Amino acid sequence: MTILQPKTQAKVASVQQAVGHAARNAGMPLDLEWIAQTRVNQSATDRRVTSLPGRRSVKKDAQAAWLLKALTCIDLTTLSGDDTAGRVRRLCAKAAQPLTPALQEALGMADRRITTGAVCVYHRFVATAVEALAGTGIPVAAVSTGFPAGLAPHDVKLREIAASVADGAAEIDIVITREHVLTGNWQALYNEMRDFRAACGAAHVKAILATGELKTLRNVAQASLVCMMAGADFIKTSTGKEAVNATPAVTLTMIRTIRDYHDRTGYRVGYKPAGGIATTKDVLMQQFLMKEELGRPWLEPDLFRIGASSLLADIERQLETHLTGGYSAFNRHPIG
Amino acid sequence: MSIAKYFDDMSYGLSPESDTEARAWLARHDHSFGHFIAGSFTTPDHSFQTFEPATGKPLAHLARGTAAEVDAAVTAARKAQSPWAKLTGHARARHLYALARMIQRHARLIAVVEAIDNGKPIRETRDIDVPLAARHFTHHAGWAQLQATAFPDHAPLGVVGQIIPWNFPFLMLAWKLAPALALGNTVVLKPAEYTSLTALLFAELAQAAGLPAGVINIVTGEGDTGALLVDHPGIDKIAFTGSTEVGRLIRQRIAGTGKSLTLELGGKSPFIVFDDADLDGAVEGVVDAIWFNQGQVCCAGSRLLLQEGIAEDFIRRLKRRMDNLRVGSPLDKSIDMGAIVAPVQLDRIRALVAQGVAEGATLYQAAMDLPTNGCFYPPTLLTGVQPAHIVAQEEIFGPVAVTITFRTPDESVQLANHSRYGLSASIWSESISLALQVAAKVEAGVVWVNATNLFDAAVGFGGRKESGFGREGGREGAYEYLKPKAMLGRKLRPAQPPITARSASIADFVAPTIDRTAKLFIAGKQARPDGNYSRPVLTPRGALIAEVGEGNRKDIRNAVSAARKAEAWANATAHNRAQVLYYIAENLSARATEFASRISAMTGQGAAKADAEVAASIERLFSYAAWADKYEGSVHAPPLRGVALAMHEPIGVVGVICPPEAPLLGLISLTAPLIAMGNRVVAVPSAPHPLSATDFYGVLETSDMPDGVLNIVTGDPQPLAEALATHADVDALWAFGSEALSESAERLSASNLKRTFVDHGRLTDWHHPSAEGADWLRHATEVKNIWIPYGV
Repeated sequence: MTILQPKTQAKVASVQQAVGHAARNAGMPLDLEWIAQTRVNQSATDRRVTSLPGRRSVKKDAQAAWLLKALTCIDLTTLSGDDTAGRVRRLCAKAAQPLTPALQEALGMADRRITTGAVCVYHRFVATAVEALAGTGIPVAAVSTGFPAGLAPHDVKLREIAASVADGAAEIDIVITREHVLTGNWQALYNEMRDFRAACGAAHVKAILATGELKTLRNVAQASLVCMMAGADFIKTSTGKEAVNATPAVTLTMIRTIRDYHDRTGYRVGYKPAGGIATTKDVLMQQFLMKEELGRPWLEPDLFRIGASSLLADIERQLETHLTGGYSAFNRHPIG
Repeated sequence: MSIAKYFDDMSYGLSPESDTEARAWLARHDHSFGHFIAGSFTTPDHSFQTFEPATGKPLAHLARGTAAEVDAAVTAARKAQSPWAKLTGHARARHLYALARMIQRHARLIAVVEAIDNGKPIRETRDIDVPLAARHFTHHAGWAQLQATAFPDHAPLGVVGQIIPWNFPFLMLAWKLAPALALGNTVVLKPAEYTSLTALLFAELAQAAGLPAGVINIVTGEGDTGALLVDHPGIDKIAFTGSTEVGRLIRQRIAGTGKSLTLELGGKSPFIVFDDADLDGAVEGVVDAIWFNQGQVCCAGSRLLLQEGIAEDFIRRLKRRMDNLRVGSPLDKSIDMGAIVAPVQLDRIRALVAQGVAEGATLYQAAMDLPTNGCFYPPTLLTGVQPAHIVAQEEIFGPVAVTITFRTPDESVQLANHSRYGLSASIWSESISLALQVAAKVEAGVVWVNATNLFDAAVGFGGRKESGFGREGGREGAYEYLKPKAMLGRKLRPAQPPITARSASIADFVAPTIDRTAKLFIAGKQARPDGNYSRPVLTPRGALIAEVGEGNRKDIRNAVSAARKAEAWANATAHNRAQVLYYIAENLSARATEFASRISAMTGQGAAKADAEVAASIERLFSYAAWADKYEGSVHAPPLRGVALAMHEPIGVVGVICPPEAPLLGLISLTAPLIAMGNRVVAVPSAPHPLSATDFYGVLETSDMPDGVLNIVTGDPQPLAEALATHADVDALWAFGSEALSESAERLSASNLKRTFVDHGRLTDWHHPSAEGADWLRHATEVKNIWIPYGV
């Protein structure tokens, strides 16, 4: 997808040694040559994602385990205009206890901590969620920077980030200015992202690209690289408000840039597909892509999150089906 | 393993496809099968056994087709052919449609039986082979439906013998049967001995679908059964897919019999990656190219040509990808590769890889645990390979890719074409102008741009050079099962009466005409024959008119060399080629009287007939000048976001043996279509009447014809044809004359599997409209299908 010159490869090795694997992405200077050399062929990408479900499959116990793993990667999300504190508290309760204890025990996982990866809300509800999740170890993520369109003034965006961090958000999901991508203004995108990262401080920052508005996979790949260069801890597909969200082709494109970035810098950047992943089939496809293209480490919540709301219910149903052999119904599982 | 354990290691576990139904089907047949002849199965005779590649366990007992059984099958097919062809196209369309639907209804059973029998992954049989097979029957149901309007001047060939390989047993069956049946032929098909089960299952399904008895007959067996089929006098055509070695034998065996032949043979196809390609996409392309069907694919992209600047990076990415491939049971739904078809193939792969390493290649194999039983071989990459290495030249037919680097697009084309084969090519670049330029230049029947191993019933598949000839699929493939109605009922050419020279009469004391020495015409120049012998040209009564050069093998060599050098003609614009042909006609017209009297003198024909031949020759030149920019390719619409361009390309250097009759019109009728399409020609003119050709030098010299495009060597057609047929740098040979000439042309052309076009000693009415046009242009061109997926 991108060109790695031999000269740079030597540099990679030394960086990897210096940084180690666990280090947080510190970013790197904007490398416009790398961006310019980025190529993504849509049809080749489509063929890969079309053939993958025929090449990988998980059944029975393995499938239950994979779905449980997916569950732990969910950023359980509510981002509606009609959200209230009560609604957010209910969501947090579900995040902390996504499965009924009976179900968890029957799966042989009673001794494991099974929670969602995070709870994701607007800034207004960060404090509520932090309070509701106290003691659970579940981080609160806040969407920010004028989510979802990202067209608020830059200084307002920075203040919004600071406010959420102040309220206890451990993760900030920022939206980029799509105009910078669509006009190829990589320096502006880099600067913006770098400022966001700085404003987050210790909080981890996820860069939402709004891939459905970037349209081409090349744009997606280039924007992914720029955001990583500017220090993004995660790159994320969508706000969930665009018409097209986390398609497998977009996932493949973005995670290949994560792999290239890791090759070159030694930093492991996380990936978060969001929107459009509603069924267990959808999420398994995302997991297969992660394992095949990035490898085992990227199946854990420190490097993989799934922005979803209705997916959890489908996983619960599927897990019950696995145990009983009969198909389940939504009303048998606590609402989130 | 517990859920908790899976939760921790996130491995895939097993996802086996059930084989219950497939095993039950085998058990119903007691694991024993006979042939399918005349609508029913013969009694199994347990003459040989097949094995399951993934386990090595015995799978089924099959019958080895004997001469009597092959004969019974051909007889049944013959009996059915006429009524089958007489059905309306619509009725045949209904039958083919029913077969397509039958395949769809039993898709999973076919897919599982195929995976067990062949060892290929269930993903490939289920998602690719079986759906494509159904698509072939549906597509060709369409050609049956449209036959009367789409091919009004063509008739079915008759009874077709088809021999298919073990790598795509069911899909190849569909590729072969669907067009043959659609266009009114009946078939005797021999599946490969390793993998006959899905053919027998298909016979059962066809029977149930109500296909009339004898329309398809399946005779199982090994090579000797195939040979019986090839040799059977009741066969009108052989369609073979398999190794180049066997293809060559078949070409030799049926030479001169009048049987049609299409061959789809081996390959060593280039997979070219430019520095502006989507490298990860191209890496995945390699997976689809060489680790598809365990690399047992004739069009596998097995030679990775990498632009030097990205080669190291590309190989690094490729090795990482290899480490993620999974090899295992064909019925496991979490694998990329299954089993190699048979131990003998496994041995061959091992031996070739060892040879590659011995020659200096660096071996990389994915670190993986292979199943301990059965025939398995890991995905393999040989880097640092040089073009001289055996692994760069020989088809390995296994999951082994080799890498070679190049510097420029020109060099990539040079390396790509530096092969005896010419089946397919895969080109990876994000630049459309670069990709299409290289696509146009590679010698291949199928080219994929930023893709590989895409197939469809609407898009012709087949190769050139030693990858064979003929196309399967699409309109171009339909013609392989048809013959022009005008060719029916042609009479045998009477043997040429020997003409003996009368003893020369003593001349009077007058000034004779100035002696003219007709030489050969090579590279635009009149050249003295190498042997420096001459042959007489006589009137029908035996009086000497003149002497012409007695061309020999070396003259042929020189002419072929000149023709090869005139490569630019292939790239001349069609307009330019038309201009030259018009100009030739113009200059011939200016000398029409002279040419007519020469024809009269040589043939003894009256002036009116001779005038008519010159006039017809001029008109024919006009026709092919007209066709030059009108025999265009087409754009196929396969089911993908993209197009497949079916381009008509010249074959290359073509030898032409002109018939004895029609000394001018024969020469023009055979050379003009070739020249119009961009070929370069070495022509041997009418043996008894060569002066129309030697007089023609002057016309050529004044008509802006580039040197070497048309070369003329006078002499005895038989040895000259043999010299052309055995010349490895001649791409096709047209031979019109005696039956013996056709036989030797076909037999000797097996050397490099050049395409042949012969008349089997039958007369063509050169004045008839059917002696020109699209049927001739088809023989003068190769169809190259360039697949161009697009999208952002």
